[in-house]
Amino acid sequence: MYKNVSQLIDQAKHMPLHRVILENEMQLSEMTEKEVYDRLEKHYDTMVSAATRAIMQPLEMAGNFIKGQSFKQGKYASSNPLGGEYINNIMTMALSCCEVNASMGRICAAPTAGSCGILPAVLIETARKLDSTRKEVLNALLVASGFGAIFISNATVSGAEGGCQAECGVAAAIAAAAAVYLYGGTPKMCANAVGIALMNCMGLICDPVAGLVQLPCSFRNAGQAANAVCAADLALAGQTTVIPVDEIIEAMYKVGKKLPIELKETSLGGLATTPTAKKLEKKVNKISIFNQG
Amino acid sequence: MNISVFDVIGPIMIGPSSSHTAGAARLSRIAAQICGKPFDKVTFGLYGSFAKTGAGHGTDKALLAGALGFKEDDERIADAYRYAAERGLKYEFYEADLNVEYENSCKIVFFCTDGSKTTILGSSIGGGRIIITKINDTQTELYAERPTIIINQEDKKGVISSITQLLAWQGINVALMRLTRSAKGKTATSLIETDDVLPITLKDLFLQLDGIKDVRILNFGVEEE
Repeated sequence: MYKNVSQLIDQAKHMPLHRVILENEMQLSEMTEKEVYDRLEKHYDTMVSAATRAIMQPLEMAGNFIKGQSFKQGKYASSNPLGGEYINNIMTMALSCCEVNASMGRICAAPTAGSCGILPAVLIETARKLDSTRKEVLNALLVASGFGAIFISNATVSGAEGGCQAECGVAAAIAAAAAVYLYGGTPKMCANAVGIALMNCMGLICDPVAGLVQLPCSFRNAGQAANAVCAADLALAGQTTVIPVDEIIEAMYKVGKKLPIELKETSLGGLATTPTAKKLEKKVNKISIFNQG
Repeated sequence: MNISVFDVIGPIMIGPSSSHTAGAARLSRIAAQICGKPFDKVTFGLYGSFAKTGAGHGTDKALLAGALGFKEDDERIADAYRYAAERGLKYEFYEADLNVEYENSCKIVFFCTDGSKTTILGSSIGGGRIIITKINDTQTELYAERPTIIINQEDKKGVISSITQLLAWQGINVALMRLTRSAKGKTATSLIETDDVLPITLKDLFLQLDGIKDVRILNFGVEEE
């Protein structure tokens, strides 16, 4: 059994990292190995569907703040983009997930609905780049979720409790671990990637414009997906966090607790209270929920 | 680690919000299952954040879809109004000042075709999870994550003992049992959560017992696996 990152990495000395997490899951959920993989596959299929659906056509949503973002980025991604095709494809898919989510389409929370674009985008595009097998992808998904469970247990993944760093930040951290694992990095490198991604977004607030999961959420998904790739590359190069990852997780949790309530999903601060956001909010509030029929 | 990987990557749901959309749909669907009878009208009293920010999150559509029996990952949620009209289900949303401790709460009233009414109070408590706090006049604390039996019975000696004996004979292990009553000697409600999947034949077996008025067998949590 493991309760934190250092114990998880310790146990991975005796068997592959994904297997430590798999065996824990089989015991916890009383599922067979096949049942776990079947369910992982179902969740991965949902991720792929959400990550690609809005690339081909813009989707309608309340307010339409982020309608067409994925379509636009996808076009740019295929025309010699500045940062390269890999990172632009990732951002395109992260934006697609956010558009699907905002338009009341089907997504897989990872770890939340608001941060549902980061892990799928990084996982899908990295697997394509590396020509990974389906089994390798599902193992990387296990590794990402194994780290994610530690965040749920020892900190939080709720924006209302910890700000955006707890949603998109954690998504970036676990996506970074998945990318490192797909590349063939060691369990220690995975842990370093988790820590580095978290270091690079600590304090990120949750300030949704008009209370909708659209702005700045979609850009935060794209940005944190890029953060995940950056952290994975740093870790694969052998960079270490110096400060143990479990201490970084605890620091993130404490920072989240200290963030004022105005900056934690309440739309009472940050971008949500800019003059333009206030105007947009008035427009959206005209949509009534008190219907009759 | 006592947290499942599927609590990290999951639930599979219709967006945009696990509490305002997925939780709302689940709350209403579970409430309709508890009602258990056909209904042609449903009203939703919205409280707290459901009333304030629900419109942008499609909380209304999610609640209506749940009443229609659609699950949290059903893409028909976005078109719930159209499906309600097609099925001739009348609906009404209003702001309600509910005396509850949870921010995202709703009072749902089902108007059944037999003339009866079922009132359910519940809340969305984050991550798509819900709690039912009241069924008609009975206070509950039902998370609807395990197979559940709801029994309305006469409040008299021996009834509870016969209920637990029947379950033991069936080889069904009780995880939690809660008993409430409106007044001494009147109607009592047993809410029983079990570890095992419940056979549908259980209902008739219960109804044969002395003092049992009504039984609902609800295999919560099983279909989600």
